[in-house]
Amino acid sequence: MADLGALFLRAMFVENMPLTYFLGLCTFLALSRRTEAAVGLGVAVIAVMGVTVPLNQVIYTAVLAPGVWAWLGMPDLDLSYLSLITFIGVVAASVQFLEMVLERYLPRVQATFGAFLPLLTIHCAILGGSLFMVERRYGLAEAAVYGVGSGAGFALAVVLLGAIRARLAYADLPAGLRGLGIAFLIAGMMSLGFSAFAEMAAP
Amino acid sequence: MAGRESLWNALTAPLIRQNPVTLQILGICSALAVTTSLATAFTLSVSLTVVVVLSAGLISLIRRHIPNSIRLIVQIIIIASLVIVIDQILQAWFFALSQRLSVFVSLIATNCIVLGRTESFARSNPPLLSMVDALGSGLGYSLVLTVIGACRELFGSGKLAGVAVLPLADEGGWFTPLSLMLLAPSAFFLLGGLIWAIRSLRPEQAEPPEFPPHETGEAR
Repeated sequence: MADLGALFLRAMFVENMPLTYFLGLCTFLALSRRTEAAVGLGVAVIAVMGVTVPLNQVIYTAVLAPGVWAWLGMPDLDLSYLSLITFIGVVAASVQFLEMVLERYLPRVQATFGAFLPLLTIHCAILGGSLFMVERRYGLAEAAVYGVGSGAGFALAVVLLGAIRARLAYADLPAGLRGLGIAFLIAGMMSLGFSAFAEMAAP
Repeated sequence: MAGRESLWNALTAPLIRQNPVTLQILGICSALAVTTSLATAFTLSVSLTVVVVLSAGLISLIRRHIPNSIRLIVQIIIIASLVIVIDQILQAWFFALSQRLSVFVSLIATNCIVLGRTESFARSNPPLLSMVDALGSGLGYSLVLTVIGACRELFGSGKLAGVAVLPLADEGGWFTPLSLMLLAPSAFFLLGGLIWAIRSLRPEQAEPPEFPPHETGEAR
């Protein structure tokens, strides 16, 4: 249990998706102009990552990993090169499915967060989460914790950035720095702050 | 048939004037993580350029046969297959580099530049023009990556593509490496600075202020 808790904190703070691995920056910067949009995006990312990372883990260990077809007499078969295309398919399907479920059972949630769901089909952080899961050989429980943890890390970062940018909307910035430029500088400073967590994690 | 003029325009416009990274915030996801050294930045740039050109060409060739309702899936599958091929090639011939790039080669598949080009341009234009346009975008991306990669490697470790340029203080030279340049924040600062520089030189790219400050008429 302690391991899983540590993994969650590690995924959320130390290996923060946008600020340490630069994953999902497109939506991170494009949708953080308003705090409400940032909250919606964050919740959607947590939901999709919490579903897709464990799902991909199951598919990878059952179908794609090298040697799983040994019981059929094909021990040399290695399908892991197909993992990328499979993961993209799984993410796209889960996003679509989640959208349909929300529309059917939770229309109010759908009205608030639904607009961000299609964007997540090609979201680097979500695909990156699945790819890191394979690279680090997580088990099912670890994959689930890792998925939710990195989703939460993304949500935290995007909400913080959204809040800072909402304040900066009133600032009188140099013309060239307005919008995207200052967002990058803020993200850099946040990244500096988050690198302090890495120091704490390393004993 | 498109004239020479528009081909040239399609090729050069994305370099600085409409650079996909600095103006349209596309494809920065993978752009920053691999720029700690020039070699990895260059490898990823070449891979992305190859993928974007080939996928634009392929999709443009079959553009009349893709049903509109499933076009995104078709495009993503074509792109992902090309990315898998590139990844396998890198693993076969440049194993050390592909270990350092880890998952970022695979993440080209979700790079918004590739899908953006195929969706907005290759879907409605002939193959040659689409490929030239894609090449332009790929080169614009490569330009940004190479500049940032060169800065980070030069100031972070005093080298350029593995060759020592600035003599390090540890080895009797005068240059003390800035270790910040090898960490994540410096990539954000450099890209922010680059955007600032480009927008100062080309003021038409600057974003309008959301809440313009009041003209009070007082001297500041």
